[in-house]
Amino acid sequence: MTAKTLFDKIWDTHVVNQIEGGPSVLYIDRHLIHEVTSPQAFSGLEKRQLSVFRPERTVATADHNVPTINQHLPIDDELSRFQVNKLTENCERHGITLYGLNHPYQGIVHVIGPQLGLTQPGMTIVCGDSHTSTHGAFGSIAFGIGTSEVEMVLATQCILQLKPKKMRITVNGQLQENVTPKDVILYIISQISASGATGYFVEYAGEVFRNMTMEGRMTVCNMSIEMGARGGLIAPDETTFDYLKGKEFAPHGKDWDKALSYWQTLYSDEDAQFDHEITFYASDIEPMITYGTNPGMGIKITGSIPRLADIEEKERLSFSKSMQYMGFENGERIIGKPVDYVFIGSCTNGRIEDLRAVAAYVKGKKKADNITAWIVPGSKQVEKQAIEEGIVEVLEAAGFKMRQPGCSACLAMNDDKIPKGKYAVSTSNRNFEGRQGPGARTMLASPLTAAAVAVAGKIVDPRTV
Amino acid sequence: MALNKISTLRTTAVPLPIENVDTDQIIPARFLKATTREGFGKNLFRDWRYDNNDQPIQDFVLNNPTYSGEILVAGKNFGCGSSREHAAWAIEDYGFKVVISSFFADIFKSNALNNGVLPITVSEAVLQTIFTAIENNPKATFFVDLPNQTLLIEATGEAVPFEINPYKKECLINGYDDIDYLLSIKSKIEAFEAAKV
Ligand code: SF4
Repeated sequence: MTAKTLFDKIWDTHVVNQIEGGPSVLYIDRHLIHEVTSPQAFSGLEKRQLSVFRPERTVATADHNVPTINQHLPIDDELSRFQVNKLTENCERHGITLYGLNHPYQGIVHVIGPQLGLTQPGMTIVCGDSHTSTHGAFGSIAFGIGTSEVEMVLATQCILQLKPKKMRITVNGQLQENVTPKDVILYIISQISASGATGYFVEYAGEVFRNMTMEGRMTVCNMSIEMGARGGLIAPDETTFDYLKGKEFAPHGKDWDKALSYWQTLYSDEDAQFDHEITFYASDIEPMITYGTNPGMGIKITGSIPRLADIEEKERLSFSKSMQYMGFENGERIIGKPVDYVFIGSCTNGRIEDLRAVAAYVKGKKKADNITAWIVPGSKQVEKQAIEEGIVEVLEAAGFKMRQPGCSACLAMNDDKIPKGKYAVSTSNRNFEGRQGPGARTMLASPLTAAAVAVAGKIVDPRTV
Repeated sequence: MALNKISTLRTTAVPLPIENVDTDQIIPARFLKATTREGFGKNLFRDWRYDNNDQPIQDFVLNNPTYSGEILVAGKNFGCGSSREHAAWAIEDYGFKVVISSFFADIFKSNALNNGVLPITVSEAVLQTIFTAIENNPKATFFVDLPNQTLLIEATGEAVPFEINPYKKECLINGYDDIDYLLSIKSKIEAFEAAKV
């Protein structure tokens, strides 16, 4: 038998049919949907007079376009209300489980999947959302799809996909204190650029990921798409199995034993070939922050923004445009820059460990007067746990505002927008122009850095304050 | 359901020499509340195209009457970011049939193909040639020949070959869509399911 990568092992067992010289027909084990990218897929289905082929394999939630206050009231914004209601109607009509607003399982689609045990090793998982890559943390092939593909999955439980190339990113060694999974992934993207992994599926390997918690691994896999990768995955191990054991939709009893013996075969064989391999060293990684308008524009928090002269000539126009948008000068240091907003949340860093990290830092401190600090838990369950653990109390005492679960200011589809020209340090994943609201200036960082910034009122190194 | 067919096309092009044009620029999130596929073209590049008072920003290329055509030419890594197919719908609805760049984000590329928009990847050097051709003459024309997989830069006479998956090429030329194909192999899918458990 030839040596196989983890990716190949999963892919190959899901190919229903191979079109000569074309894409593979890939069977999808788990399909997650939300209100924004599904309505047109359902209407397409209806136009063709089809029903959902395997409704039990699809799970829905409302997250992108929901308010984060007064979720018990009807949604104010008419279009948003219509869209969320449409999801409810579609799910009811087609027999799809929906964790809608006010359901104890509601939350950001990539937070609830793992939390409920819907996400399991060896699965193929898709969702009409690019950060579906998050689920790769469990050793599954998980990737974002467009609405036409959502329709394909609803209609046939399959999609057509060209097999991507494979890349392995290894990070060896031990991370320094206060260097977090978010810093690791921001570092990797800054090294290989926002398009450095386009066309590839990435496997993360090495000591750093082996030592990471499941939530940390999710943060890393989540941002795979920000370097262009189709997805990212990490071989499942004891950490994965411990996390899954007992989760509501994880296998139980005999099924668990059977699943476990399969999951234990999910790793890249020793001689497996990757199309591309990159190795980094943990000792090179420090707390990171972005200064520009794509996630590849990251630097060490103690570092300086590059000078125009250091940028390749054909990239200078884009770079200058970015600097102008951010209101930064070439070559400037980032430490000490004033900040107006701190946003803690999103499918990258809106989990309980993230909230714990923030609470541990701010306990007994107060946020700076110039800062508006929002904490948006990734799901109802995260919210509940944060209340039970006393985290909410600590954060509110420090002057942070707790909101209700949803995507919120990560993409600013609802009212949670950063005003034009204001600076936000955000634990989310995208710093594109206008991502957090028209004219908003986003700097991506870890929850720990964001907490330190909230207290200091400006950019600070979380290790020295 | 039938897609727009593309076979050959002679047209002028609109230059957007910016890199990493992400889907939040192509169609900002606040326009994703619609539940139909139509009408996104009017908000294509909304925040680059209109100011806060909804007035056209004169120096943005879509507001410049000098440039027109059914091809959009953009810098490296076009369509990065979210999986929103609304980006492809906006481009198609605005009237572009082809997008040329030196590099496309994966999801955008498949969304474009699923909506009858042809993404053409060219080398950095060719991309520069195209930008220069348009700069020298905004009315410069290009001839896209999908059956022969070539892009003719008529200003220079250069015929540039491009790659496209043969299956996807057939779909575009004939207006086929993937769901029709998947439905046609439903018995295979059922057999796969039966064998899996
Ligand atoms: S939190 Fe942000 S990145 Fe994650 S699913 Fe929601 S909008 Fe997308």
